[in-house]
Amino acid sequence: MKALARLWRRLPGTAKAGVIMLGVFLLIAIIGPEVTPYNPSVTTPLQAAAPSGAHLFGTTQTGQDVLSQFLIGVRLTLELAFWVGVIATALAVIIGVTAAYVGGIVDELLSLLTNVFLVIPALPLLIVLLGFLNGTSAGQGQLPVIFVLSLLGWPWGARVVRAQALSIRSRDFIAATRETGERSWRIIGFDVVPNMVSLIAASFVNTVLYAVGASVALAFIGLTDPNQWSLGTMLYWAQLGNALQIGAWWWYVPPGLAVALLGTALVLLNTGIDELSNPRLRDARSATKIANRRVWPTDPTPVLGALNGHGGGLAGLARSFSRKSLIDEAAVGAGNAEKAGELR
Amino acid sequence: MRFLLRRLGFYLVAFWVAITLNFFIPRAMPGDAVDAVLAKFPQLQPAARKALEATLGTGNQGSVWSQYLTYLNHVFHLDFGASLSNYPTPVTTIVANGVYWTIGLVGVATVIAFVVGTGLGILAAWRAGGRLDHALPGMMFLQATPYFFLALLLIQVFGITFHVFPVAGAYDGINYTPGWTWPYIANVADHAFLPALTIVVTSVAGWMLQMRNVMVTTTGEDYVVAAQAKGLSDRRVVLTYAARNALLPQLQGFGLAIGFVISGALVMEIVFSYPGIGYLLLNAAASKDTPLMQAIFLLITVAVLVANLLVDIVLVFIDPRVRAMEVAR
Amino acid sequence: MSPVLDIKDLSIAYQTPGGDVRAASHVNLSINKGEVVGLCGESGSGKSTLAYGACRLLRPPAVITSGSVLYSGARTGTTLPVDILRLPPDDLRAIRWRDVAIVFQSAMNALNPVLRVRDQILDGMEAHLRLRKDEAHEKAARLLDLVGIPRERLRSYPHELSGGMRQRVMIAMALAADPEVVIMDEPTTALDVVVQRDILAQIVELKDTLGFSVLFITHDMSLLLELCDRIAVMYAGRIVELGSAADLQNAAAHPYTQGLLRSFPSLHGVRRELTGIPGSPPDLRDPPRGCPFIPRCGFAQPGCAQVDMSLIPVRGGRSPLHVTACPFVTHEGAVNAAPEQETTAPEGALS
Repeated sequence: MKALARLWRRLPGTAKAGVIMLGVFLLIAIIGPEVTPYNPSVTTPLQAAAPSGAHLFGTTQTGQDVLSQFLIGVRLTLELAFWVGVIATALAVIIGVTAAYVGGIVDELLSLLTNVFLVIPALPLLIVLLGFLNGTSAGQGQLPVIFVLSLLGWPWGARVVRAQALSIRSRDFIAATRETGERSWRIIGFDVVPNMVSLIAASFVNTVLYAVGASVALAFIGLTDPNQWSLGTMLYWAQLGNALQIGAWWWYVPPGLAVALLGTALVLLNTGIDELSNPRLRDARSATKIANRRVWPTDPTPVLGALNGHGGGLAGLARSFSRKSLIDEAAVGAGNAEKAGELR
Repeated sequence: MRFLLRRLGFYLVAFWVAITLNFFIPRAMPGDAVDAVLAKFPQLQPAARKALEATLGTGNQGSVWSQYLTYLNHVFHLDFGASLSNYPTPVTTIVANGVYWTIGLVGVATVIAFVVGTGLGILAAWRAGGRLDHALPGMMFLQATPYFFLALLLIQVFGITFHVFPVAGAYDGINYTPGWTWPYIANVADHAFLPALTIVVTSVAGWMLQMRNVMVTTTGEDYVVAAQAKGLSDRRVVLTYAARNALLPQLQGFGLAIGFVISGALVMEIVFSYPGIGYLLLNAAASKDTPLMQAIFLLITVAVLVANLLVDIVLVFIDPRVRAMEVAR
Repeated sequence: MSPVLDIKDLSIAYQTPGGDVRAASHVNLSINKGEVVGLCGESGSGKSTLAYGACRLLRPPAVITSGSVLYSGARTGTTLPVDILRLPPDDLRAIRWRDVAIVFQSAMNALNPVLRVRDQILDGMEAHLRLRKDEAHEKAARLLDLVGIPRERLRSYPHELSGGMRQRVMIAMALAADPEVVIMDEPTTALDVVVQRDILAQIVELKDTLGFSVLFITHDMSLLLELCDRIAVMYAGRIVELGSAADLQNAAAHPYTQGLLRSFPSLHGVRRELTGIPGSPPDLRDPPRGCPFIPRCGFAQPGCAQVDMSLIPVRGGRSPLHVTACPFVTHEGAVNAAPEQETTAPEGALS
């Protein structure tokens, strides 16, 4: 507990904001569906009504309560993103560490595989995959989306994990454990992986971010199960119901804004993880405050008591643009002692 | 030519993987997936149906291997068959129409966003960009906003509430005919403005943040301190020593991110009903027009690979170490 | 004659969330014209911090908390020395390189990877000297001649040069604007011994020819004993001993210096056992009172905690310029009685 408190204090302000925002979303995800005021699928005659006391987020074109859909949507979206994060990060760690540790041809092949899947554009491939799956029996629910997103979500993390695993592997203390004859998998499990915790955490957050964005985009296009009330699906129905044209901004703004805020929270969380794990980053922050004044990397080191840097008469510093040069003097010859004396 | 050749080889491998994926995906689908496609087009003539079955792997066509070879043959002859939802128009014709719009819009907007974003990123890491630091959280928010959501907002504000810009299509087909005439071009620009703005606003934030981070790391390098020790002007230190070196990982990041940027832009096309290949792809997926869908996927992949290769070429020019690898024996 | 560079009472701290790290405390060090002064100490002793801080090159969170760095070279327009720490930015930039230049430790990292050698030498020159283009090029070529590199290398990029060559380029670069003081931060540590010898010989030759002063920073005491006129020994951010090379070699007074000297073998003389210095450097965040060397010192006694670390002439030393921070120990060993029990009037004793 105390360690957590210490971590918290070391986070920069923006990262703290990110953690709080994420906490709010998690809260909504956990209790949201329990407190929905209405059944989100039930239609009412109150069509496309603006937000009011009865419907805090207004209603859709078919009279469904937007708030209820929203509350469920947050959970569904987060759930999906979480699972994709877990699966894809696990895959990334396994592949990355294997490639780094086994080396040789296996490493070449795995790296090739990783790079190929990195460069092939993910969303169009996802569209093709879901284009086939959609509407079929296998296309129901969230599973197909989780499946395809995980399938394409691991390469980024794998690359990073492999690089880190390689550098750890070459470090002295691993060589030492190898000397003592420890078995490889023990080394990996107990020495290598624990050193990569922050990296894996950052990779996980990144994957969740990607999953949120991709799932919302896919749902918006209509390639996921439209009967599931995820945030993306809400946007899909909003587009289909011409929410723009009928001016029902309350229909698409909450889910869209939620996605943007969720994404921002995750990015901020990641910067927090970066700062905690990489002390150099902390010191190399773009500008820091010293004695309440901002100091930039290109500034000279501040001097306390003279932070303006002025004072100290230099009225007469002769900017020497002269052509007299020590080297020229030397080139004339060591024998010219008087000339050398002139310099003094 | 070692470096570029190796990269080209890699891209060819990636392309081959994409082609193979295209081939195997329909065959790996659960049975009712293929049925769903066939069911959508009951009116197809027998010849067309047979061709469709060939791409989907149903029916008796011979061994998988021979089907694969036939497929490869088709791809290299750019024969993707006819579009199902626009039968009998060949896929290539439909795609060709959409490609220009997308390249024009997405290509230009992305490059603008990259240049502006990188410039802002350089400023933000330097004293001169002091106040830009306050904009950072806002930038992060923009970066996390889905393209299409921003598109919706922009349409709401500028298209509907304020009627400043048109909200659909690439040009007004009723009143204007295509051609190199000024009114037509102006109309195109008018229609392209909001979509371009969407792309630029969202991705500028991303490039700016990325460049700023790279700059922060780079200014910590010894050679920048050495440049300061030399008493060089701030401008030279930041531009020639820091930014010039920071540009290298920034460009590499650009290559990696191209796929994402294009993906986001494609979805945005649907919001604006902009008739680019994104719009076509999404409609094809929705209507299960599989030949069209798969062809567009390949095209987008090729575009991303070509863009990556271009980035590699630029890197050869601006990084002497890569240049050395390039000419190494 | 006043020293070319006079560091007075310089204190530098790093402001970290865990507290201020006092990297350098009340350092006094002067460099005279044409002199080679060595600065010796282990990693973390503050020697590099001192050198960079004196030129205000340290990045946040470093702060200079006290002191002044007076420069009085041949080119100041006035006869009064100028305080580098209080110069406005433009004047600071004018002094850098032209008057005080630095040779960095790792040439691979200190050279801009995307600029040719020629451009990196030239820009340091052009920032301070008004030369015609051809003159500047000729001067750059002559600089490479001076350090023993073929002229064609002007067009090379840093990654095309060997380690030794890169270090020589750094030296040539440092001399581009004809400085009066050259600070060398471990210039040969990363190189193999043979190249090291070469470069050191070159440095001595250049110094003799061109007449600049050198502040040579390293952890290698044996190198300094050969190279320098005077040597300063740093520990935990403080100078603990200062004297001529001969003084330190024959009559090192501070226990830390003695420990350093016992840590490397000598080719001549009696064979003796190599002893290191047990323990590790202290945490500079909250330094305890008195001498920072107490935990590792073989002569530690209760009075050590009251030592104020000011430099006093060595008792029984050959020169009044040989100073130490330890009032209890000399080359012969510990003085038996604590100073307040001495009947003779102590000079410069503790307050």
